[in-house]
Amino acid sequence: MSDATSTSPSLQQNTRLDDWIRIDSADTITVRTGKVELGQGITTAIASIAAEELDVSPARIRIEAADSARPPNEWVTVGSMSIEHSGSAVRQAAADARRRLVLKAAEQLNADPARLMVEDGVVRAPGQTAAVSYWALQGGRPFEVDVSPEAAPKSFREHRVVGRRAQRIDLRSKLFGIAPFVQDLRFAEMLHARVVRPPTRAARLVECDPRPAEAMPGVMKVVRDGSFLAVIAEREHQAVQAAERLRTHSRFERRQPLGDCNGLHQRLAEDLQGSYPLIDGVPSEQPVPAVEAPDDAEHTVSATYTRPYLMHGSIGPSAAVARADADGAITIWSSTQGPAVLAPSIALIVGVPAEQVRVIHVEGPGCYGHNGSDDAALDAVLCARAAPGRHVRLIWSRQDEHAHEPYGPAMRVDMQASVDGQGRVIAWSHDVYSSTHMGRSLPSRKRSALLAAQEKAQPLPAPSPRPFLRPQAGIHRNADPYYDFPAPRVVKHLSNEAPLRTSSLRSLGAYGNVFAAESMLDELAAAAGIDPVALRLRHLRDPRARAVLEACVERAGPPQGRGEDSRRPRGRGLAFSRYENYKCYAALLVEVEVDLASHAVRLLRAVIAADAGQIIDPDGLENQLEGGFIQAASWTLKEQVGFDAEGITTLDWEQYPILRFDEVPPVDVVLLDRPDQPSLGAGEATTGPTPAAIANGVFDAAGIRLRDTPFTPARVRAALFGE
Amino acid sequence: MGIALEVNGRSHEIEASPDTPLLHVLRDELGLIAAKLGCSLEQCGACTVLVDGQAQFACRLPVGELLGRSIVTLEGLGTPDAPHALQRAFLAENAAQCGYCMAGIVVRAAALLARRSENPRGGELDDQEIRVALRDHLCRCGAHNRMVRAIRRAAQESGS
Repeated sequence: MSDATSTSPSLQQNTRLDDWIRIDSADTITVRTGKVELGQGITTAIASIAAEELDVSPARIRIEAADSARPPNEWVTVGSMSIEHSGSAVRQAAADARRRLVLKAAEQLNADPARLMVEDGVVRAPGQTAAVSYWALQGGRPFEVDVSPEAAPKSFREHRVVGRRAQRIDLRSKLFGIAPFVQDLRFAEMLHARVVRPPTRAARLVECDPRPAEAMPGVMKVVRDGSFLAVIAEREHQAVQAAERLRTHSRFERRQPLGDCNGLHQRLAEDLQGSYPLIDGVPSEQPVPAVEAPDDAEHTVSATYTRPYLMHGSIGPSAAVARADADGAITIWSSTQGPAVLAPSIALIVGVPAEQVRVIHVEGPGCYGHNGSDDAALDAVLCARAAPGRHVRLIWSRQDEHAHEPYGPAMRVDMQASVDGQGRVIAWSHDVYSSTHMGRSLPSRKRSALLAAQEKAQPLPAPSPRPFLRPQAGIHRNADPYYDFPAPRVVKHLSNEAPLRTSSLRSLGAYGNVFAAESMLDELAAAAGIDPVALRLRHLRDPRARAVLEACVERAGPPQGRGEDSRRPRGRGLAFSRYENYKCYAALLVEVEVDLASHAVRLLRAVIAADAGQIIDPDGLENQLEGGFIQAASWTLKEQVGFDAEGITTLDWEQYPILRFDEVPPVDVVLLDRPDQPSLGAGEATTGPTPAAIANGVFDAAGIRLRDTPFTPARVRAALFGE
Repeated sequence: MGIALEVNGRSHEIEASPDTPLLHVLRDELGLIAAKLGCSLEQCGACTVLVDGQAQFACRLPVGELLGRSIVTLEGLGTPDAPHALQRAFLAENAAQCGYCMAGIVVRAAALLARRSENPRGGELDDQEIRVALRDHLCRCGAHNRMVRAIRRAAQESGS
């Protein structure tokens, strides 16, 4: 039994073999996972693992979508844990299923089970014609046993599927318009709904005349509950038009003004709920130590790095379908990351027993963390309860999405570090300030941050942000240096400054923390006249970390200098992190060009080197690493949520631009396979290094240091001319 | 009274007001769900279809203006049994993550390939041309380079 298997919490909580594997009546095998497909390819990876252990063709594996009404319950698909948790559970379950099936076959064939082999689900002894298939042995019948630890999963040396490039199992039906995303679901007699939201969280609906909207063709009714306002119609376009009409006949009162995004980072550090110095990576209640520069410091650098509020920015607006039956049962089709958490949350909010609410996962557009999907599910339920017995599909408008999704919070990191005369880092101080990265509903604490939960006439309280004092939680994720620095001083500060609703955005605090730390290393190297790669290697003990750094630099090839065009100097920048200091290792090198006329930063090329332990599917891994870099590059160069006292000012893709096809550079990915090591989630590994690598590249090209994302032309101009 | 609409080579009579966007008609009246609802602002490209061979956003295109025009959606390009070169290439390259933007991009690329094949000089499609042609399409997952590779592959396979 492997270590990964013995510790899979998923298996400890879902012990029955039937929770995971079912031999269908003919030809196929159904594998269940509580983790959900978010476009990250998890179902393909799970299918490969099951096919490998069962010795069947991957084409025979069917993955059943997560459903709160049945096991396995794996809570929420977050933190790059799916391969580690669900993957290892499925591996053990599949190995156990194979063992049991082979034992049964041995009985039937009157053979020694140790001599039997399995080929695409058919069991026989070598050289014998007598054979029996999994489907003849177990087709359509449950195993009715616990997963046994007796079955040993294969050694990586025996792998024939795992470790090879897999065909994405969800892609074919998407390419022919067959598989519906949640926005595409259609049911007989389905109704369509749209919401009319207060402009800010604090605003309240004070006046509403539903009659003009209700008089429009196809409109069934206006739904109002406190400040929650929506309209239901027979057709989607009717709902869209009626919502516009309803808005013009509604008046919202803005209570507390939002403040302003200018000065945000100043306020983040001024009004604090608490400060928690990290001791061995764990935030503590100890007094915050002073920042000091040692006497033998040759160079000391202090700097502040910031990021604004960021959107998840799903390409499809949040949506859900709900149906409320006469007997009180509520069924929800949702692209939530956690069906098993959303169901009790919604039960609590609408005041029905938890067992009456069922959430069935349907794929949605990529969410990159906790976006508006859960909010839309509650919205759909409130509408469905006003139209019992019929499916109601509720889709947010683009403006709803831009104005109301739970953003990734703004961050500020104050750093000070020193090197001695030998070019060694001898002091390292990292203060990170942010509001909460944890905005999910907490049904056990009877609180919910879902929008409509607080808009309702009888609201549920919002969770009051509290500091998570465990290693690698939101704000301080990757704040603790992976480098071997003497007595690093790292302090997590939870800010009260939270004008906007926030929650988990891909990699949480790691983006801001790694941006700061990996920029600071280059600033120190520049101050001391040391090569930044050498400075990193000097303080990296872990051979796997050194290997990714070296592989990245090697693949990048010799530096190309500043290029021939002095109006567009070029440079390269590098950054490294190990996600959460115990998951995937990633080194990233980018080549950039700074246009001294337009002040635009252009990405010319990127090289990623990564070690994610044992590789399940190299193509899926590359896709995640590269996608994480491109998304974070978009945050870094372009993105910030704007707001003023009245509300959000970035309400569409023109006001909140993201990186476009002609701005995306070619990306080269080097994978270091460690087949004897546990697989490590990689979907968030490259986001942290990205802003630092770009900032370091801009410094190399143009000699300017950018410390505030996004690196817009205005920021570049200000840095060039000292504005 | 109905509106006559030709979609994927078939004629339909649609019961909808003429100002209804084509996208809603395709998805909810005809059950053609490949074109996606993304922004309804002509800003993201997820809803792209071919109208008389030209790639166009369907999210604000009034269905009443489409009499006599030929509309093609992703479903009309190919089927699992008879896939379009682009569908084969996207499969071969695993050219997506979530796939929400993919239908619009494949349709845009189909127009690009068709224009190229009409060009008597023919010629290769280079990556930069493809990137510029896809400028009006947003992808959030970062699958851009895969999709560019898939389009280049389809161009090579269908062009030579």
